[in-house]
Amino acid sequence: MLATPASTLSVPFIVDQVFVLFKDWLVSFLPTSWRPAAGIVLGVIGIVCVYPGLFALTTVFERKGLGRMQNRYGPNRVGPYGFFQPVADGIKSLTKEDIIPFDADAVVHFLAPLTLVVTVFMGFAVLPMGRNMVLVNLDAGLLFFFSMSAATELSVFMAGWSSRNKYSLLGAMRAVAQMISYEVPLLLTTVAVVMIAGSLSLPKIVEAQSGYTGWFPHWYIFTPWGLASFLIFAIAATAETNRSPFDLPEGESEIVAGYHTEYSGFKFALFFLGEYVAMFSISGIGVTLFLGGWSAPLPFLNVVPSWLWFFSKVMLSIFVFIWMRGTLPRLRQDQLMNFAWKFVLPFTLLNLGVTALWRFMGEGWARWVVSSIILAGVYVLMGRVGMFKKHFGPRSYRYAE
Amino acid sequence: MSPVFYVLAVFTVAGGLAAVLLKNTVHCALALTVAFAGLALLFLNLDAQFVGFAQILIYIGAVAILVVFAILLTRGTETPPTGVFSHSWFVGLVIAAGVFSVLGWAVLQSARNLPQEPAVPSVTVHDIGVALLGRYVLPLEIVALLLTSATIGAVIVAMHEKGRAQ
Amino acid sequence: MLGEGILKGMAETAKNFAGSFVSVDRLTTVEYPEQRIPTFENARVFPFLVYDGPDWAAGLRCVACQICEKECPPKCIYIEKSQGKKPDFVGKPQFYPTRFDIDISVCMSCQICVEVCPFEAIKMDTEFELATDNRFGGLLLDRQQLAKSNEYYHQIHPTEATEVDARLDAEKEAAAAKAKAAAQAAAAKAGEAAKAASAKPAPPTGGED
Repeated sequence: MLATPASTLSVPFIVDQVFVLFKDWLVSFLPTSWRPAAGIVLGVIGIVCVYPGLFALTTVFERKGLGRMQNRYGPNRVGPYGFFQPVADGIKSLTKEDIIPFDADAVVHFLAPLTLVVTVFMGFAVLPMGRNMVLVNLDAGLLFFFSMSAATELSVFMAGWSSRNKYSLLGAMRAVAQMISYEVPLLLTTVAVVMIAGSLSLPKIVEAQSGYTGWFPHWYIFTPWGLASFLIFAIAATAETNRSPFDLPEGESEIVAGYHTEYSGFKFALFFLGEYVAMFSISGIGVTLFLGGWSAPLPFLNVVPSWLWFFSKVMLSIFVFIWMRGTLPRLRQDQLMNFAWKFVLPFTLLNLGVTALWRFMGEGWARWVVSSIILAGVYVLMGRVGMFKKHFGPRSYRYAE
Repeated sequence: MSPVFYVLAVFTVAGGLAAVLLKNTVHCALALTVAFAGLALLFLNLDAQFVGFAQILIYIGAVAILVVFAILLTRGTETPPTGVFSHSWFVGLVIAAGVFSVLGWAVLQSARNLPQEPAVPSVTVHDIGVALLGRYVLPLEIVALLLTSATIGAVIVAMHEKGRAQ
Repeated sequence: MLGEGILKGMAETAKNFAGSFVSVDRLTTVEYPEQRIPTFENARVFPFLVYDGPDWAAGLRCVACQICEKECPPKCIYIEKSQGKKPDFVGKPQFYPTRFDIDISVCMSCQICVEVCPFEAIKMDTEFELATDNRFGGLLLDRQQLAKSNEYYHQIHPTEATEVDARLDAEKEAAAAKAKAAAQAAAAKAGEAAKAASAKPAPPTGGED
């Protein structure tokens, strides 16, 4: 896999490729015909260990961060500064009774969390997590990723339907409607990236962004169409992962917990894990498509290993998820749908047109000016038109007064 | 014909049969997604990545969800007391067997007439993209137009319903 | 402009996030087992029985009249009346409870027992750390567990306890005055009787009021 001559094995290189070299070393003990399969198995083990670990860390960081945003301490009892809280949570959910409702469809109820976790983890197979650190370099990697994330919708529906609980079913219907609505802009923003990069393979998309002009990285977020795409992608990704402010499917105040109301113990923990791992994977794909994947923001920072850049960017995006959750109130269903179909989708289509313009205007400053003006102008105009005749102020109630 | 093919074929056919034979409509829809997944895996087994992933994205991600939604929005998922099977199931079976035999005959005939290709032609996603937007751009645009008009039609139908309700 | 409000909100939470690390004043959390907010004087949790003097069994004010048992909405009180009587704080012989149980897993802290008690014998406690690993026996408090001294009552509800004490003292004084008057009357009667004829035994002091 590595055809690098020994003379270039500098220290940064070894640190950068430490996981790849370790894998190659482990695999070298096996007969040659077993090596590719063993390499894949090792990669899978790595992914299955790293992301649940990150999930555990994220839950405690999220609770502490949300606490700080609300001027509280957050959990600080279990272990130093409360960092062993996930261990306590894990023991709790493992030892809890696993309740299956009497009327529930036991088989589907059992399969739902499993399919969710499996499909969510599948997405990591094509994600480049560092230089040479991609499990399978598929030609249609992006398509694979989104086909897997589309398959999670069905498991959410299975969970909600099999519970035989009105709240679960409502939550599942909301989740599916929301995921379908926001999948359209999500996919269309990635189309813009594919148009510019000219490939569906994720390592190639990262490679296309890895250059620098002076100190300026060629990340797609630093172009007008890329910024617009990234913002739309961030909105749609938040909705896809059912995070606040788009957490209607699990609105605690109205429908208890949505599709996982009737889950307890370890199955609930699996849903929780699936939700967070989906956040990591969608952040990972966002980082890969718009933030240059594992490439460093400045040329001289390339001494820092590439996988560290990838995971830092992912964690930064997780922090933004948490920050939004601490700030924004939940949307109403009609607001959610209106926003998706009347604002996000038209703007995404426009952005697609602007991207095509960018592609065919060639190098030079003209395309920067033209596409910026179009995007900013339409954004302001759509905001004005959308907000026209909207009344802001104290809320009035027709019946409840 | 590798053993993988037979495993996938059994998987797909079992999913399809379950979709027809199960009593609960939602179970049928879920079994149908199993069949879709089996088909996608068969495509992947044939090295047709694009078609395989598109199968998952469109059939499992959209069509199965659509089917499930249609079931939930039209009637209950409970089995009706009269049973789900038509009285004329035998006629249906005969027709299906007839269609299958014609198709099978056609496939076998064409296989005999085709020259034996030694290697699977490698088609990359890039090639498919170039073909779709190059040689086949007109059919693609026609299909796109058709789908857009269908979407607009659906919106108009929904709007009409709403206007009548008010 | 569209999205302005979101940015403003994000800035606000960012300010909180950073500020909570810098200034401790922002943090409103009281870290409970180590730090406590002093309980309010009018706080109430579950009832307890007041006793006077050093010995709880002898000093219980409760006379087992069972009004609280009958009035209790969730029926969490169980009382067994004694066979014999013993003198209460004014010296009047009264029944006393041989059993007085409150199931605090049933009690709803409504304070009706306190309102109806004519003897100031049952009051509301402020003790709230009552968790136990036995949900049946551990939450069924008996006479001894419920009995708390009048000094404790003064400690947790000073104003109310002073009022109660004043009322009881007035009652005691009235009873004493009455007893005195009765004794004087008896003495006068006895004097008259002695004058008139031979001595008669004095009637018992007190009686049904």
